[in-house]
Amino acid sequence: MLVQSFLEDRNLVIKIEGDIDHHTSEEIREKIDRDYFREKAKNIVFELSSVSFMDSSGIGMLIGRYKNIEKQGGQVAICNVSENIERIFNMSGLQKIIKCYTTLDEALKEI
Amino acid sequence: MEFDNEMNIIMDSNSRNEAFARVSVMSFVSQLDPTMADITDIKTSVSEAVTNAIIHGYNNEKGKVYLKCGYKDNNVYIEIKDDGVGINNIKEAMEPLYTSKPEMERSGMGFTVMQTFMDSLEVISEEGNGTIVKMIKKISRS
Ligand SMILES: Nc1ncnc2c1ncn2[C@@H]1O[C@H](COP(=O)(O)OP(=O)(O)OP(=O)(O)O)[C@@H](O)[C@H]1O
Ligand SMILES: [Mg+2]
Repeated sequence: MLVQSFLEDRNLVIKIEGDIDHHTSEEIREKIDRDYFREKAKNIVFELSSVSFMDSSGIGMLIGRYKNIEKQGGQVAICNVSENIERIFNMSGLQKIIKCYTTLDEALKEI
Repeated sequence: MEFDNEMNIIMDSNSRNEAFARVSVMSFVSQLDPTMADITDIKTSVSEAVTNAIIHGYNNEKGKVYLKCGYKDNNVYIEIKDDGVGINNIKEAMEPLYTSKPEMERSGMGFTVMQTFMDSLEVISEEGNGTIVKMIKKISRS
């Protein structure tokens, strides 16, 4: 698992590669929370095209970030959901609370 | 039950073994040539049950997680067992969004995922006496 982040305006783009499970989500969570405050970001955009696997720990991690960022007055968006995680993503109901975009450009433009 | 083929793994309740468990089951079940969709469903359900054993059953402390996987014809049988704290109210535990650990960013979706992704799910548990999760998936060959 690899997490990379970069800042576009005040949007922190988080690109996750590999598996998101209970073991890896703790590391992912720590890195995101650290980078968000260090970069003084406002919003978070998750780029998920390279996620090979995700279970309910990933859902918990995404909802957790959504709650924190909302408290800071920011927004969370998701883009490029990979085929591997489409099924869990759809059943989780996440798209009801977090905006989903097909491309990163679109997400950055709309957020 | 007499399986066509069966495997058993005993592993520590170490969170690294979540990936190990699902990859092991995936490669075992691959002998049946399942579709990618079926593989993903099985992998995700195994991950949910093993994670539950580690974080709920053993509260992240040391213990053993038992994984059994067998198949007969096109049916895959999976059993995940722990000797942990057990579940007091199984019906409540299996309800969507129910979690006893909201502060740990759990979403309470694990059992719902297993129920949705597998063809059958049975939970056997008693407070203080560990938990057994039994799942069956009928696979379509690719
Ligand atoms: N092996 C187990 N031992 C003891 N309690 C368990 C076990 N598995 C599940 N539970 C109980 O059942 C509840 C629901 O489990 P479920 O997997 O649906 O949600 P969760 O693990 O809390 O959250 P999520 O799976 O979304 O991260 C848990 O919160 C826990 O109280
Ligand atoms: Mg769970």
